Amino acid sequence: MSLLYGLITGILFGLIMQRSGILKYEKQIGALRLIDMTVFKVMLSAIIVGAIGIYLFKDLGVIKLSLKGTSIGAQVIGGLIFGVGWGLLGYCPGIAAGALGEGHVDALWGIIGMLFGGAVYAIIYPFMKKYIISIGSFGKISLPQILGINHWIVIIVFSILMILLFRFFEKKGL
Amino acid sequence: MKNKTLNPYVAGALIGILLVLSVIVAGKYLGASTTFARGASVIEKAVGIDYSKFDYFTTKKGKYGPGSLPNWQLMYVIGIALGAFIASKVSGTFKAEVVPTMWKNKFGSSSLKRGIVAFIGGAIGLIGARLAGGCPTGHGLSGLSQLAISGFIALAFFVVGAAITARMLYRR
Repeated sequence: MSLLYGLITGILFGLIMQRSGILKYEKQIGALRLIDMTVFKVMLSAIIVGAIGIYLFKDLGVIKLSLKGTSIGAQVIGGLIFGVGWGLLGYCPGIAAGALGEGHVDALWGIIGMLFGGAVYAIIYPFMKKYIISIGSFGKISLPQILGINHWIVIIVFSILMILLFRFFEKKGL
Repeated sequence: MKNKTLNPYVAGALIGILLVLSVIVAGKYLGASTTFARGASVIEKAVGIDYSKFDYFTTKKGKYGPGSLPNWQLMYVIGIALGAFIASKVSGTFKAEVVPTMWKNKFGSSSLKRGIVAFIGGAIGLIGARLAGGCPTGHGLSGLSQLAISGFIALAFFVVGAAITARMLYRR
């Protein structure tokens, strides 16, 4: 059943992403070059709606959170390294799969590269675990937790900030 | 069918709803990068490399090893390709393209050149993602929907690293 849910979820994700037009190199790099913010509009809108839904159903006791642990070393250094890859390939992993579905053959080279990257990471993992991931390791923490405030306040403030950002994007034709 | 793209805010809202439904129905948050690490272990096993000598593929009861596949996320990633294919075919927007136009205008139409950079980008990207513990879907979408500190840090540095790289590539 889990496999079927995965397939259906992926198909719906791919469908929505294709229809939104962001499975294209031009849209991804355009956003990273800060000349076409469509990708960020999609991502940030998804986060706002996602956050409202996740915390609503968490409060209702229907779902549980599944936070990834905070590691300053891992997320800063890994984040920057990922960024270099994203800037070179022009697709992130999920988008690469979708881009391939839309006909962008270069995504296939990226996917093969990702598999190679997986093998390389397994080789360097012991070093990473010992020296990088251990830096600033704080466990599975959330923003409401560390601020000591109700998550709805965080969600409302975040949503307002994003809406202001969206208005800025529209005003500037980004 | 008209080639009119879906409003980005609507698309985003739909993705957010999809995330929430996935968690409610299947108990799964969205993510993609782990699949490629697992894929690497499967390939190593298939070609006779002793994958078990790598801690990464045996740690956490083989969570990232060949025995973990097939799993929800693998089907999710395959589904994305399938969904995009179906949507593009039905809307008449499917187009086989070897070199993106923006790339071609700057770096020429050599598919080998594009392929090499794409391969390197994919490799570096996946290394960074696994180190960070996720990609924009895992940390950005799933992480930030949960207001995770790890998500805020990861997404910020994903974008900083990528923006600098894209700017350098397309300088002048």
